[in-house]
Amino acid sequence: MSLPVYATPLQRIWHVAFRVLCGLIFFFLVAPILIIIPLSFNAQDFFTFTPEMLRLDPAGFSLKHYDDFFNNPDWRLPLLNSLAIAPVAMLISVGLGTLAAIGLSQSHVPFKGAIMAILISPMIVPLVISAAGMYFFYSRIGLQGTYWGVVLAHAALGTPFVIITVTATLVGFDQSLTRAAASLGAGPLRTFFKVQMPLILPGVVAGGLFAFITSFDEVVVVIFLGAPGDKTLPWQMFTGLREQISPTILAAATVLVTVSALLLITLEILRRRSERLRGLSPN
Amino acid sequence: MAEEGLMTKTDGDEFVVFDGVQKSYDGTTLVVKDLNLSVPKGEFLTMLGPSGSGKTTCLMMLAGFETATSGEIRLQGRNINTVPPHKRGIGMVFQNYALFPHMSVAENLAFPLEVRKIGKSEREQKVRRALEMVQMGDFGGRRPAQLSGGQQQRIALARALVFEPELVLMDEPLGALDKQLREQMQFEITRIAHDLGITVVYVTHDQTEALTMSDRVAVFNDGRIQQLATPSDLYEHPANSFVAQFIGENNRLMGTVTRIQGDACIVRLDSGDEIDAKPVNVIRVGDRTQISIRPERVETNKDRLRDGAHTLQAEVLEFIYMGDIFRTRLRVAGHDDFIIKTRNAPDQIRHQPGSMIDIGWLPDDCRALDAPQGT
Ligand SMILES: Nc1ncnc2c1ncn2[C@@H]1O[C@H](COP(=O)(O)OP(=O)(O)O)[C@@H](O)[C@H]1O
Ligand SMILES: [Mg+2]
Repeated sequence: MSLPVYATPLQRIWHVAFRVLCGLIFFFLVAPILIIIPLSFNAQDFFTFTPEMLRLDPAGFSLKHYDDFFNNPDWRLPLLNSLAIAPVAMLISVGLGTLAAIGLSQSHVPFKGAIMAILISPMIVPLVISAAGMYFFYSRIGLQGTYWGVVLAHAALGTPFVIITVTATLVGFDQSLTRAAASLGAGPLRTFFKVQMPLILPGVVAGGLFAFITSFDEVVVVIFLGAPGDKTLPWQMFTGLREQISPTILAAATVLVTVSALLLITLEILRRRSERLRGLSPN
Repeated sequence: MAEEGLMTKTDGDEFVVFDGVQKSYDGTTLVVKDLNLSVPKGEFLTMLGPSGSGKTTCLMMLAGFETATSGEIRLQGRNINTVPPHKRGIGMVFQNYALFPHMSVAENLAFPLEVRKIGKSEREQKVRRALEMVQMGDFGGRRPAQLSGGQQQRIALARALVFEPELVLMDEPLGALDKQLREQMQFEITRIAHDLGITVVYVTHDQTEALTMSDRVAVFNDGRIQQLATPSDLYEHPANSFVAQFIGENNRLMGTVTRIQGDACIVRLDSGDEIDAKPVNVIRVGDRTQISIRPERVETNKDRLRDGAHTLQAEVLEFIYMGDIFRTRLRVAGHDDFIIKTRNAPDQIRHQPGSMIDIGWLPDDCRALDAPQGT
């Protein structure tokens, strides 16, 4: 966006000011996240930059907090718990969300808006309220304080993301493709797996990644529903902050940020791939 | 109507039959009203009609993607109303081609063969033959998106034919192509259909396409077949004013029947002039009628007319040189949109605007049809 030659002085000033403003907003958003990364390599047990670090003296940096994160059972077990919960919750979300989105994309389904609103509601209702509700409900049926209780709760939270991303991909899905498959002799199952699924896969995967991150980052529901022995990583970070302030939390945060960033990059690559596929497909 | 005979059942030669088929999407208005049509094996039948006349709906009912509200559709004598689309074994070419974008051309063609559990080597052989048939032998490895519209069209055709269906449906398959490509594909589709001996039900709103490709054409309007006839019958003997107007260019004059004598009648035009005409669907003296005359059948040379034939005075308004033909616009009996077409021959007169000429025609070429509503 370069300035046209006929721009007035006022427009020139605004042009510069606008960029500065955008830069400041961007800084405000990412600085708190990025600042954690160098701090996590601190050789001291401080949450501030030491003089050695500011001088870029190698002696000021170390991996000791990472060592603690991966080897101290206080951190390792929550990490393993999170890794045991998030993928399973994600798979459930993907299965349910994809089916719901496909069902809701059919023209003959009644009350589509209402059904959609109910399915999406976990995204909108404040988490504490969902968590409290789940606590009472799950207690009744014996799921409170169990692994599957947490998994199911996280699946419920992740499903709306899958519904939304898959619905978005289905909007561009050419229904004549399923008709073409049928005219070529393919039954509904084959049509779904060979024609529809490959084309909506980017939406499914994107929804799956969101569902994974939702579970991996979630702290409120897990505090209500989790067993003390099933502490997840965010839960451990939360209690760690209150009880023993250790810079290991910075290493944990850096690991989480890195994982999230990698997932987002994957998502972007998938999005481009799907755009290429669709842009190329005749419409 | 003379066409009635073709539409009623003739046992034995019925491959596809629509028997009293009606369709309503909303439960109140009928989009297809009492469709009776029987297509013999090997025929190239075209459904022609303006947009919204129900052609696609008919095709979709035959393919199984829509269900008939009432009536019966039979394929080889078997009622297929309750057979799902994927069990009908009908090939189909879609207007937007509907090639699977995530598969290569060869994979697209292999898809119906895999469904039918045909072995790998036979599959490859059939795919290769189908690609060669549409002259796309070298394109098996490409993605559909890497092909031009015309090439995609060929692939869509090959895919609809590769599993050797006996019946193939096509819904405006050439609609997205430019004129030259369209003409080439028209020729190729008819050639392939003829070579393979398949039955084709083809849908288009383009009358030239319908006339050049088909064995028979069913002209649709308002959910009904207006006329079912061969292309030449359709053009030369339109059964009603809608068909006359829809197929080819036509001059219209309004008038009243004053005398009927066998297969000739006299019509008094609104201007008071009397002309000879052939009664098609006027019954009584006194009926309002629309006279329909093809521009190329108007005669300006009195010597070529029958003795005593009625002629009309016409004022030349415009002369357009079009290379192979001359197109002259006349004012006739109060209408100033009367067109005549004459061949560009050395002895052909080039009428000057402003001059007065006499025009006439053979009574057979001047058809007295029903007057459309509101005239
Ligand atoms: N799926 C549908 N739902 C409701 N109305 C439809 C549907 N498909 C077509 N129609 C209506 O049926 C009529 C005939 O449509 P169609 O068969 O597509 O005509 P054509 O192919 O001759 O243009 C139109 O008035 C159209 O609006
Ligand atoms: Mg149509």
